Amino acid sequence: MSFNPQIAAQLGLIFVIFNMLVLSAAFMVWMERKVCAYIQDRVGPNRVGFEGALQPFADVIKLMFKEQLRPKAADALLFGIAPVISACAAFAAFSVIPFGTETTLFGLLDQPIPLQVTDVNVAVLVVFAIASMGVYGIVIAGWASNSKYSLLGALRSSAQMISYELSYGLALAAVIMLAGSMSLREIVLNQSGAWWGFIPKWYIFLQPIGFLVYMTAGVAETNRAPFDFPEAEQELVAGYHTEYSSMSFALFFLAEYVNMVTVAAVATSLYLGGWLGPILPDWLAWIWFLVKVFLILFFYVWMRWTLPRYRYDQLMEFGWKWLLPVAVLNLLATAALVLWMG
Amino acid sequence: MDVSVISFYIFALVAVLASIGVVGQRSPMYSVMLLITSFGALAGLYILLDAPFSAVTQIIIYAGAIMVLFLFVVMLLNASREEPAFGLAATLGPRGLKIGAVLSVLIGIEIVWALSHVGLSWFSQDAAAASVSSVAVIGNTLFTRHAFAFEATSILILVAMVGAVVLARKEH
Repeated sequence: MSFNPQIAAQLGLIFVIFNMLVLSAAFMVWMERKVCAYIQDRVGPNRVGFEGALQPFADVIKLMFKEQLRPKAADALLFGIAPVISACAAFAAFSVIPFGTETTLFGLLDQPIPLQVTDVNVAVLVVFAIASMGVYGIVIAGWASNSKYSLLGALRSSAQMISYELSYGLALAAVIMLAGSMSLREIVLNQSGAWWGFIPKWYIFLQPIGFLVYMTAGVAETNRAPFDFPEAEQELVAGYHTEYSSMSFALFFLAEYVNMVTVAAVATSLYLGGWLGPILPDWLAWIWFLVKVFLILFFYVWMRWTLPRYRYDQLMEFGWKWLLPVAVLNLLATAALVLWMG
Repeated sequence: MDVSVISFYIFALVAVLASIGVVGQRSPMYSVMLLITSFGALAGLYILLDAPFSAVTQIIIYAGAIMVLFLFVVMLLNASREEPAFGLAATLGPRGLKIGAVLSVLIGIEIVWALSHVGLSWFSQDAAAASVSSVAVIGNTLFTRHAFAFEATSILILVAMVGAVVLARKEH
């Protein structure tokens, strides 16, 4: 086989995206600890590297050298597979997310490649499908551990994810209707331009309720506070990953943060115009994407350390009796609007 | 060999082996996991047939939603491993074996009949105009040509839901 620069560039892109995701998870851990510390009037990690920036790497090295424990009554095969499923699902979802315009790498390539692993014409549904596969990692971990805390955490998690997936899907459907496409790249491109010259045509302005529904369901999907029941410490020790140690625990941890990044990236593409933004030239447009994703992630962290955890029945009631009806009404209103405007 | 041919054999092999595993081994939890694997391989086959929408819905509906409920049931009932019985005849009894033999002959005849009557004309009525992968085409067909079947199915599901609520409700 001869050397094909097009394929080589594509593989390089996949390599870069994979490592960026791992690094972003490390960065998120550091940011979470720093922001949490300042919110609680502490200093936070400040010994390893500049302002403790190397702390996550030190943690990973520590985890690598820890002993891998497995309860005697655990199901060996499923216990081992569960964290792998979680991590794979988390990384796979990012493959359809576009984060920049097409590029020829400064003329190195004959044909431009998009800054994205793959542009599927049902990308929004792919994100949704992979999010629904992620729950298996958690459920299997809980069951295979053969421990009551793990099992309860897993049951809670799956009930929560099923409940909020509906609202999540309906919020996505409203955007699909507006854009008339399911490809994330086309949805982003549909948001270019501005009203009256200064308000960008982002879907957040057309879908403010949809955006709120999406963000709420996204927090529940990623099991973050104030919806972090699967691992409510006071009740369940650590929930589904109670029995995990060493790198298999690290995989769950990694999956959780990568999932957050994915939810934020999808929100950016669907509602905040993706990589579109003023001032920067096309080949630097991905900086806008990173800025928007960072702002959403910061908001997540801020929320986690500000709001207390709900009670479990409140969570279910909120999901089914409030969020779902609002999402359905939003979908109906959007459909009517799209038909009326033509 | 072509990449798509190789992928077809891989997906087909996984689907068949996983399906055999679903009925062939004794732990309900592993059966559920193998069934999900089989659905995943089917989704891969749909993608090879240039129908990504069917593939994604296959994963969302079957692998993502329905199988989670299966897992729930298995976990909540804490279904244990089936104990092996000695020999096929001991498990089924003499009558069971006869019924099974009749059924397998029937299925065999059915498959042969179906394969010999398959024609492309039957499939391509709606799909010929545009690619099957277009979501808009699927939506239009579903809500015009097959509107009655679609609505009837939704009423059927509603009835099933009401039935489940009635059965699960405690009498006061």
